[in-house]
Amino acid sequence: MAIGYHNAPDEKQGVALLNEPRFNPSTTIVAAEHPAASVARRLRLGIALETRQLSRAVAGKRLVNDFNVQVLPGEVLAVVGPSGAGKSSFLRMLNRLDEPTGGTVLLDGQDYRKIAPRELRRRVGMVMQTAFLFPGTVAANVAFGPMQHATPISLEQIEALLERVGLPGYEDRDVSNLSGGEAQRVSLARTLANSPEVLLLDEPTSALDDDAERAIEALVLSIVHERQMTCVMITHDMAQAARIADRTMVVEAGHMVAIGPTQEVLHVH
Amino acid sequence: MFTNLMSSLSGNSIGLGLAQAAAAMVLSLAVVLLARRFAVHAERETVLSLVRGLVQMALVGVILALLLQGSLLVGVLILLGMTAAAAATASRRAKGIPGALLFSFYAIAAGSSVVIAVMLATGVLNANIATLVPVGSMIIANAMNACAQSIERFRAEVGAHLGQVEAGLALGAEPAVAVAPYVQSAVYASLLPRLDMLKSLGLVWIPGVMAGMLLSGASPIYAGIYQFIVVAMILAASGITGLVATLLIRARAFSPAAQLLLRPAAPR
Repeated sequence: MAIGYHNAPDEKQGVALLNEPRFNPSTTIVAAEHPAASVARRLRLGIALETRQLSRAVAGKRLVNDFNVQVLPGEVLAVVGPSGAGKSSFLRMLNRLDEPTGGTVLLDGQDYRKIAPRELRRRVGMVMQTAFLFPGTVAANVAFGPMQHATPISLEQIEALLERVGLPGYEDRDVSNLSGGEAQRVSLARTLANSPEVLLLDEPTSALDDDAERAIEALVLSIVHERQMTCVMITHDMAQAARIADRTMVVEAGHMVAIGPTQEVLHVH
Repeated sequence: MFTNLMSSLSGNSIGLGLAQAAAAMVLSLAVVLLARRFAVHAERETVLSLVRGLVQMALVGVILALLLQGSLLVGVLILLGMTAAAAATASRRAKGIPGALLFSFYAIAAGSSVVIAVMLATGVLNANIATLVPVGSMIIANAMNACAQSIERFRAEVGAHLGQVEAGLALGAEPAVAVAPYVQSAVYASLLPRLDMLKSLGLVWIPGVMAGMLLSGASPIYAGIYQFIVVAMILAASGITGLVATLLIRARAFSPAAQLLLRPAAPR
């Protein structure tokens, strides 16, 4: 990987680059901002999600090392890198499915350990690589999240959500009869039913064919923009990152090696 | 006490028993010799096993004869020891889970003690060591199996449905909600063998208690009803044990921050 080594981000390019073999843990990684994000900052819209020295080690193996990232409201951040680089480990800490062994996450400026885990997960929704739908009907799956928070969802709301994800009239369908793409749409609707502020996507299209992948991408992007949601999406596909992300972060061997506007990061890589 | 002990260790019954054991051994050896004609050579192993089995069971008889002279307190202590041994065996299915031995002990003790207490209260069991220990051990052995079966099933189900469990957690579900189907399955797994036992009772097999009562001259009808009571009590003990074990392992399956801990050990 022929990239330069910088102790500070290259502000001209707006890309923070670190050469992993010579990685210095004390080096500050400053997330360079997308132009729209800097407007948001000037308008004092705040930082939706921030990680500070976020780390995780399991059985002595460091999976994530001191990640410092700021994601602004309405921004889409792609996390790219090879398999086993620590992308999923990073994402799973953002909604506290896994516990950080160092550092923390701030949600809207608040340390997320001060938020009850169930409420945190309502606010930070996650769509996984596989849909993992619960046995039963599509409607029961969509209603699951709101029921956990004592805010029952009406049938009309379920129908509207399903229509929004391109599955009108699917509410009574049994989930065992859905295609991979349909199941992922239900999974997205199920997550959206909780009205999250942040949407985490863990390679949601990796098991789909090209057409279904493009359709899900377009759908996610339109919903994220429509709801002004903050989105962090893992992908191993640079082209996908280029299509949907405002900024992209490159992860290798548990270290952040670059972060910045997508086109610039991908140009360097 | 010594006179009682000697009378139970001596008499015609021992001589008769040894003669009958010799007949059983001769028959077994004859079968092994017959098997030689088909190139099956198990003579040495059979002889050793037969002698070892006879010595072991004779020793157990002597120990029981000694114990049966003891007080009720001795009986309770024996049952406690059996419960601890059963917990050690069942907890092997919960390897890697902190406190497995202790929660297996709690589960087996809960199921066995409730049922034994009800049996004593209803007069099914007499409060003496001679009936308490054998029937109690039967209850504890079944509770042990129920404990192991429920732990194993819960582990297997959660392991096979990690995605669904975490999808539930990611949507804000309580851990208890996220694993509810697998709790149900684990408790049912602890009941199933005992339910099958009840269904086949008298049709496929006549269990030991009834056989023993018939041999000692009890009324066949009462012996049958008594056997049903014992099997029903075993079912109850298994159900309580399975439920307690599953709820205790469920509590240890999650961190205080509702993160699933019960997962394959591979680092993520």
